[in-house]
Amino acid sequence: MLRIRQLQKKKQEEAEAAQMAQSHGISPVATNRVNSAHIRLQKDITELDLPRSISVQFPNPADISYFEITIKPESGYYQHGRFRFAVSVNENFPIDPPKIKCLQRIYHPNIDLEGNICLNILREDWSPALNLNSVIIGLNFLFLEPNPTDPLNKTAANVLKKTPEVFRSNVLNSMRGHYVDDGYYDNVLR
Amino acid sequence: MNPGIDSLLRTIGPYNGAPNEYNYEFAKQQLRSSKILVIGAGGLGCEILKNLALTGFTDIHIIDMDSIDLSNLNRQFLFRKEDINKSKAEVAARFVKSRVKNRFLKIVPYYGRIQDKPVEYYQQFSCIICGLDSVEARRWINATVVAMVGPAMENLVPIIDGGTEGFRGQSRVIIPTVTSCYECTLHMLTPKVTYPVCTIANTPRLPEHCIEWASELAWGQKFSVKFDADNEQHVDWVFEQAQARGRQFHIGGITRSLTLGVVKSIIPSIASTNAIIAASCCNEAFKILTDNNGHLDNYMMYSGDDSVFTYTFEAAKNPGCPVCGTQTKTVRCQNWWTLETFISEMRTMPELQVKNPSLSTAGTKLYFAAPPSLYEATKQNLCKRVKDLVSEDDEIAITDSSLPISLRVKLEFEGPESEPANIDVLVS
Repeated sequence: MLRIRQLQKKKQEEAEAAQMAQSHGISPVATNRVNSAHIRLQKDITELDLPRSISVQFPNPADISYFEITIKPESGYYQHGRFRFAVSVNENFPIDPPKIKCLQRIYHPNIDLEGNICLNILREDWSPALNLNSVIIGLNFLFLEPNPTDPLNKTAANVLKKTPEVFRSNVLNSMRGHYVDDGYYDNVLR
Repeated sequence: MNPGIDSLLRTIGPYNGAPNEYNYEFAKQQLRSSKILVIGAGGLGCEILKNLALTGFTDIHIIDMDSIDLSNLNRQFLFRKEDINKSKAEVAARFVKSRVKNRFLKIVPYYGRIQDKPVEYYQQFSCIICGLDSVEARRWINATVVAMVGPAMENLVPIIDGGTEGFRGQSRVIIPTVTSCYECTLHMLTPKVTYPVCTIANTPRLPEHCIEWASELAWGQKFSVKFDADNEQHVDWVFEQAQARGRQFHIGGITRSLTLGVVKSIIPSIASTNAIIAASCCNEAFKILTDNNGHLDNYMMYSGDDSVFTYTFEAAKNPGCPVCGTQTKTVRCQNWWTLETFISEMRTMPELQVKNPSLSTAGTKLYFAAPPSLYEATKQNLCKRVKDLVSEDDEIAITDSSLPISLRVKLEFEGPESEPANIDVLVS
């Protein structure tokens, strides 16, 4: 406490000097503080810098911890599709990664039929140094370059690995809302 | 007083930075009068409470929101079987008071959440010792105590934070705004063990993979309600599914207790680790409060899983820390200013350095410059008076792409209630 008291004394003198200089009172502490998870989220959201093909919607603007994103890939197998995702962030952000789920039933090697996504930076490789922008860009990348070596939908991954032409037509059929290998998919064409 | 403690107090520690200013009588007085808050009455908390009382501290407060569970009894030695379901804080306080023979000893328990207490509550303590098991609670208390510090360093309450994880632990001293705070070093946290979804889904090799498959993937396919790790029936279902999956992939060792451990991310708590870390925490409290010896600066890690190893270092302050990197700035705001006026005034304030800021308070989003949907939702606030949106008790959090971190601002309202008709009034 001695060191602390010395520091306090020094600060007090500085504050008094400053007060004399500009007659500015010492202000008490604000009682309604904004928590740091919220500030970080506000920073991440207002500084999103996304390509034109990705848009962000807030169903309830009063609650920024939940929002939806729409990805419309401009090239690749999934061109012309409109893919919707739900993003939710908890009070422990950015220690905990944002949770992202696909809202449609789609045919994709790295996304299963329940909407779970296999993207390393959403789970095992998440770090507080990453931000919302980086995970959304990572998600976008899955549509430009589906990755058959890390599959969540194994059937789709095998097709992509062995016969890319068949995969291309499967993706097209699934995006139209047709059946592929006995499984139905949501129509995602705009 | 305990003769061992008395002889300690009579000897000036070799690392005392200001031995000439050390005063035995003052130190003795500090021991008797310092008000100490212990947060957590679990594995660490039991040890800390006992140590503080035996050291001779007499004014101790203890908070814990939990009640006693059968599984606590192996290490939380202040509790007995008949105490199950009772408040940890209350039972611990009563037990220590009954065992420690010191007529001055006062222990005040509180059975509830730390968030229930206002800032004024935390201001009354000389020192806070944390024996917590959650990152959220630590972040909360850290942010609260750092925010208490005024511009002249009044209301400075040191935090001593202990933590254990199996055979490892750490203790650290946080002098708010002086040393690094808990938030400064968040990146040093051991990340939670997670497995890639693709491994869980396709190529499980470990019992944990089967359990995560059941709780994260199979559960979602079967049920629409969220999996709850505290619900016994949910855990039973996950356990059965995990076992079935284990048989399919020839993976053994899936037990119910492992299942519970994986879904609740339980790390076994070890009594000896708790005792070592609690001892270090109380040692620091003793040194800080009596000035008898120099205190830890500021982080000690202990590892007991591969022989015994400790390492002490100074965890550096993070200049970009969202909690202690910025002190709340007070900005004067004319009573008649609209939010739009206020934002354009902010752009001209050299101490703020903002270009296109977004602002919010704890309760409301005042103005978001982007993305378009939030701009649309908040732009109607621009023409409202700031005074009608924010009070002097509210802190405004400002983010801006030109700021490496955020700004915390507090307002002081002054001047006329409505825009002066004559521009001369403004100038004068």
